[in-house]
Amino acid sequence: MTDHTLLELRGVNKSFGAVQVLHDVDFKVYPGQVTALVGDNGAGKSTLVKTIAGIYRAESGEFFFDGAPVQIHGPKDAAALGLEVVYQDLALCDNLDIVQNMFLGRETVTNGVLLDELSMEDRARTTLASLSVRTVKSVRQNVSSLSGGQRQTVAIAKAVLWNSKVVLLDEPTAALGVAQTRQVLDLVRRLADQGLGVVLISHNMVDVLEVADRITALFLGRVAADVKASETNHSQIVELITAGRSGDIGISAATANQSA
Amino acid sequence: MTTDNSAGTSVDTPTLSAADFANDAASASLGDSFRAYVDRIRGGDMGALPAVLGLVVLFVVFSALRPDTFTSNLNIANLLTQAASISVLAMGLIPVLLLGEIDLSAGVTGGMAAGFTAVAIERNDVHWTLAVLLGVAVGALVGLVMGLLVAKLGIPSFVVTLAFFLGLQGVILKLIGLGGSVAVRDDVLRALTIKSMPVVMGWIVVIGVLASYGALLFWRQSRLAAKNLQRPPNALLAIKFVGLAVVLLAMTAFLSQNRSRVPTFVIEGIPYAVLVVGVLLIFWTFVFGRTPYGRHIYAVGGNTEAARRAGIGVDRLKISAFVICSSMAAISGMISASYTGSVSPGSGGGNVLLYAVGAAVIGGTSLFGGKGLIRDGVIGGLVIATIDNGLGLLNQAAYINFIITGAVLLLAASVDAISRRRRSATGT
Repeated sequence: MTDHTLLELRGVNKSFGAVQVLHDVDFKVYPGQVTALVGDNGAGKSTLVKTIAGIYRAESGEFFFDGAPVQIHGPKDAAALGLEVVYQDLALCDNLDIVQNMFLGRETVTNGVLLDELSMEDRARTTLASLSVRTVKSVRQNVSSLSGGQRQTVAIAKAVLWNSKVVLLDEPTAALGVAQTRQVLDLVRRLADQGLGVVLISHNMVDVLEVADRITALFLGRVAADVKASETNHSQIVELITAGRSGDIGISAATANQSA
Repeated sequence: MTTDNSAGTSVDTPTLSAADFANDAASASLGDSFRAYVDRIRGGDMGALPAVLGLVVLFVVFSALRPDTFTSNLNIANLLTQAASISVLAMGLIPVLLLGEIDLSAGVTGGMAAGFTAVAIERNDVHWTLAVLLGVAVGALVGLVMGLLVAKLGIPSFVVTLAFFLGLQGVILKLIGLGGSVAVRDDVLRALTIKSMPVVMGWIVVIGVLASYGALLFWRQSRLAAKNLQRPPNALLAIKFVGLAVVLLAMTAFLSQNRSRVPTFVIEGIPYAVLVVGVLLIFWTFVFGRTPYGRHIYAVGGNTEAARRAGIGVDRLKISAFVICSSMAAISGMISASYTGSVSPGSGGGNVLLYAVGAAVIGGTSLFGGKGLIRDGVIGGLVIATIDNGLGLLNQAAYINFIITGAVLLLAASVDAISRRRRSATGT
């Protein structure tokens, strides 16, 4: 689509004590595209997402947002830029309803202290409707009564409620059935079609190939490849994930061994 | 990104509302809400229903067993005053319980705070207003320290507050002296439980509260209707309002009769302690129902990690809940001291705390956190006070009293645990 990146990371390094988890990671997110982030367990996917979200601080590396260099010192900075993360273990409160969850921590108030339930309910409904979420019977039902797919939908809707520009989804379909996975993937696609930069972390290659525009494969903390989804296939991605290289793309065997 | 951006998905709400949020559309009928209510109860979300039913049963039983004493005006007024200190303590405990924590020291904290107030008035001639403020401040300080230990050091609240339960009893003993007691003779403090509001004032307050509540319901309903948001049926609100009005007006009429046994001396009106409970109930219901602070307390109780990720300061919320609890405990201790007329080293010990925890749980607040309303403390407090009062009139041995109250607490906790399992099974 476009060469202009919404979010770009260059040369990001991150260690936990003696263990270096991310090695010179370059990562690009384009507006209107779904960028899949794939890799084996321990490849550094979640660390990378948490670094972007400001939960971890990178030791070195540059961040660019909309082409301009930015610093992310904490989750608040990330949120201020319009970066929202939907975590694997859904960050929803079972004892609150959909509206209350979507506005949790950022409630609208009137007169300085009173919760403005009307405008919150209104906005929640508008957002869900704009995402064509059609399976929820009431926005005032408790989250505990929702199915896994519906909960994931609410978590995603919560992330896009705040005029976010980049949404990072950590394994959004991991615990879902077939129909629910369908719902969520459709939603992921719609987010990108609305012009957002979407990052999808997934283990499921079928999902990734179906919905992603670009695929970034991580291998032992290094970027093995950044390829267009239309120019690759299932077995090539699996090779990139498991061996770090496939044919003439990927990282050299020497580099791979060095980090192992 | 919602509305104004890019092609394709500009908001098509009007066509959606009919089918998609079907249950939100317009206002449901009375029958629908009744069925929804029955479903909720069967799903394990019983709220205050067991407490209200229990209260009715207790009243019927005690009225049958002691027809001339239990239902006398004097005894009912006395029962309400007895319930006041339990209810205030229970209301204070609810924020802590909502977080899934516990404060075992609340009763003793109340006794100690009342001790400071009494000593300030009786031994140091401090004006009652300052002495009351001192007591509440002492309570708040205790809550602050406990909250810091729980939130910052991560010690389980059970252990921290158990330590304070023991330690603070030593402080009271030192303050008052072994075997001694401090009388509470201050006119205003004593009046709290032994005097009543003038009859006219009682009516004005009750009618004022009802009118404001009715206006609030009407205003909120019309705003919801104007935006076509989800709302209860008008008939349901009317039933709720009329029900509350009948109870409050009947109570006021009942308490407005002269209940003195001596012809020369008139006792009539609503006890001041009931007014204090009412004010605290309205205030905290507002705080926990209508402010972001209250919402965040529920969120932390429901899923601490989610609350933290939403940017909520979990530690500060925990500390604040303990401060609220201990401050309310101080007020409860003063009501109790006013009722008994003195503070002794044993004040706030014994079964005071378990009564209050029992009241909150009986009222429908969960010990597992995240579920409960401030009014639970008042309803549950009435149940506990009724048991205490009724058994007292039956002249049962003290041991029966303990066993029955313990059994009621256990029953309430079982109802809580079972309903929690049903909730997780049915997902309501």
